[in-house]
Amino acid sequence: MTKREHKNAKVLFVSMLLTLTIALGGCAGDKADGDSTQDATVSTDESSVSAPTNAQEEADSADSQITVGIPQDLNSLDPNYANGSGTQEILFNIYEGLYKPDSDGNLNPAVASGYTMSEDGLVYTFTLRDGIKFHNGNPVTVADVKYSIEKCAGLNGGEPVISAFSNIASVETPDDKTIVVTLKEASSVFIAICATIEAAIVPADVADLEAEPVGTGPYKFVSRSLQESVVLERFDDYWGEPAHIKTVNLKVLADADAIVMNLEGGAVDMVARVTTAQAAELGDEFNILEGTMNLVQGMYLNNAVEPFDNELVRKALCYAVNKQEILDFVSDGKGTPVGSSMFPTFGKYYMDELNDVYTTDIEKAKELLAEAGYADGFEFTAKVPSNYQQHIDTAQVLAEQYKAIGVTMNIELIEWETWLSDVYGARDFEATVVGVDASTLTAGAMLSRFQSTASNNFINYGNPDYDTAYKNALSAEAVLDDDMATQYYKECETILTDTAANVYIQDMCELVAINKKYAGYEFYPLYIQDFSKLYVAE
Amino acid sequence: MQTKKKHSLNLIIGLIITCIMLFLIILGFFYTPYDPTKMDSSAKFAAPSIKHLMGCDNFGRDIFSRVLKGMGNTFVIALATVVIGVVSGVLIGAVTGYFGGWLDEVVMRINDVVFAFPSILLALVFISLFGTGKYNVVLALGIAFIPSFARIVRGEFIKYREMDYVKSARLAGVSHLRIIFVHILPNTMTVLLSSIMIGFNNAVLAEAGMSYLGIGVQPPDASLGSMLSEAQGYLFSAPGYAVFTGLMIILLVLGFSLLADGLKKG
Repeated sequence: MTKREHKNAKVLFVSMLLTLTIALGGCAGDKADGDSTQDATVSTDESSVSAPTNAQEEADSADSQITVGIPQDLNSLDPNYANGSGTQEILFNIYEGLYKPDSDGNLNPAVASGYTMSEDGLVYTFTLRDGIKFHNGNPVTVADVKYSIEKCAGLNGGEPVISAFSNIASVETPDDKTIVVTLKEASSVFIAICATIEAAIVPADVADLEAEPVGTGPYKFVSRSLQESVVLERFDDYWGEPAHIKTVNLKVLADADAIVMNLEGGAVDMVARVTTAQAAELGDEFNILEGTMNLVQGMYLNNAVEPFDNELVRKALCYAVNKQEILDFVSDGKGTPVGSSMFPTFGKYYMDELNDVYTTDIEKAKELLAEAGYADGFEFTAKVPSNYQQHIDTAQVLAEQYKAIGVTMNIELIEWETWLSDVYGARDFEATVVGVDASTLTAGAMLSRFQSTASNNFINYGNPDYDTAYKNALSAEAVLDDDMATQYYKECETILTDTAANVYIQDMCELVAINKKYAGYEFYPLYIQDFSKLYVAE
Repeated sequence: MQTKKKHSLNLIIGLIITCIMLFLIILGFFYTPYDPTKMDSSAKFAAPSIKHLMGCDNFGRDIFSRVLKGMGNTFVIALATVVIGVVSGVLIGAVTGYFGGWLDEVVMRINDVVFAFPSILLALVFISLFGTGKYNVVLALGIAFIPSFARIVRGEFIKYREMDYVKSARLAGVSHLRIIFVHILPNTMTVLLSSIMIGFNNAVLAEAGMSYLGIGVQPPDASLGSMLSEAQGYLFSAPGYAVFTGLMIILLVLGFSLLADGLKKG
């Protein structure tokens, strides 16, 4: 009898432990299991590769593959509708425009092999690259180019997909090698916009790119399992230097807490943008590469809702923030504090001095709050995407800092898809902590969204001065007066800072965790992941 | 004689563990060594020491303080869940069990439908409809817990309603309400009490599970589940984080299990 009682207690204890493990570990567990077979096959039949330049052919022939963790599923496979940076950075491997950016920020010919511009800057004559093919094996024709550009410009009816392309008057194809694009007004940024993902050249005979994504990039789309994975395969008929690794598996890691487990467990080989704490967690088999994310991280405020419709309140929030402290907590001090919607990679457009407009000043913040009628502070909720650890961490530090001025910041973690639909789409939010990036290195890519009428003005910023300054900048661009345009863009940035449109924080440091079996990762000055440069190192 | 002693051993151990945990939880409401959300960059991932009993997390927040606060949150959520479940469950079970008939059939079939879904799944559906947060989790889990209590109480009522003392009370003209709550309900207490204990444990685990999935308590607030979720990212730099948090869940559940076990047999 005694023994049996003992047994009962033991059984109870063990079963309780089991319940715990199942209840709490279930989620992470099966994520890791799914891909456990992949890492073993990578390096088996490669001889040692010392010099990456000439050893590629060897590696290329093998069934090389890499699994990359991405923070969210692609929201669209059609370049025209891919409005998340996390989607665009992947589509960069599948689609190409007439031009494409390289890792030094230069624009190189892609689908076009070159162009000439008329004296007045209105007529661009592109030459189609010889022998270039789509992923489905069909050659790229001038008709495809015409179709793609007209679609983006809204010339076949419908809204222009790229607002800057509404400047296009006509697209002509005088022969089967030449595309002539005529603009309504000259523009110094036209080629840069031709190099964005949205302006990708796609086949005219494929109606639904969502179902059949066909581009000209170094990788072609193979398959996709919603919210789980995307598989890409090297395109062997690529016009340029072909990719090295045959198969790229993209695995969706929607739970930021699961990143380390997935890397350590071998389920993924690479994750771009891990936090410093996560990087410290990883063992010797990983290289941590450091670059910048090329975005402006901030607490974006819905300027149309109370109390953020009050400039004094927004300013108070800016004064209450200690950016350096955020950097210390979230990334061990790495990153560049910024003061407006522009990050340092932009060079001439970037204004470092705006970072000093709001230096931490709790007293001043309190005064401003009192002046605005919130002497006792207030409470608000920030919606933060749950798949970005950096933003969650930043939000937590912000919440702590705002306690000093009596403001209670609640954090609501939401799924990325919900963020896109509720915050970005429906603008149903008070504040959110995210990073906003640029699709080209043109100032407009960062600044056009804050015009009061812009469709992607998700913070509902409305300021006539800003609209005027921005229009002036565009007019200056139209007469190719670059200095003048830069002046006006800088005025725009200054207005954003002076009116405290958002609580600007930093351009984050990008830590890429990559298994030592792979090398060749290149940082871009834009939000881009280029898989074609990766190769197997062992 | 000997068996009796062993029984009470479960009870005693359960009582001791539960008392310690309750003491810590109550302590957490009034006092924590540090502010549980106070960040300290010099104490990032500090190891356990006299200053920080369980060390510090990635923001330099004191884990012991967070565990105290987190246990409180978990406890309150579990308690509220059980209260919702028991109150509604007892009402439904008592009425259907006592009166029987078509009402019993209809309500119990609905009950069966709700019961057929795993409670976590049901709660997940609820959360996706009404949004995340503490209170929604309480409501969601509470509703999910109703059927199990309703069943138990109904069974007891069916057993007791044909008893002689109930019949004679009815003949004496005692109102139905009085019979239900004064005559029968106290008799179901032994069964109900141990199922409340088990229900409480399930609620603790369910809350931990929900917060672990990121839909329960929102940061920077803590609960044992959300802390465990955070901790898994720092298993190597701060193993104490996960170990202590997990240990607290185990102790909380173990204490109540032993208590329930002891009460049932003792």
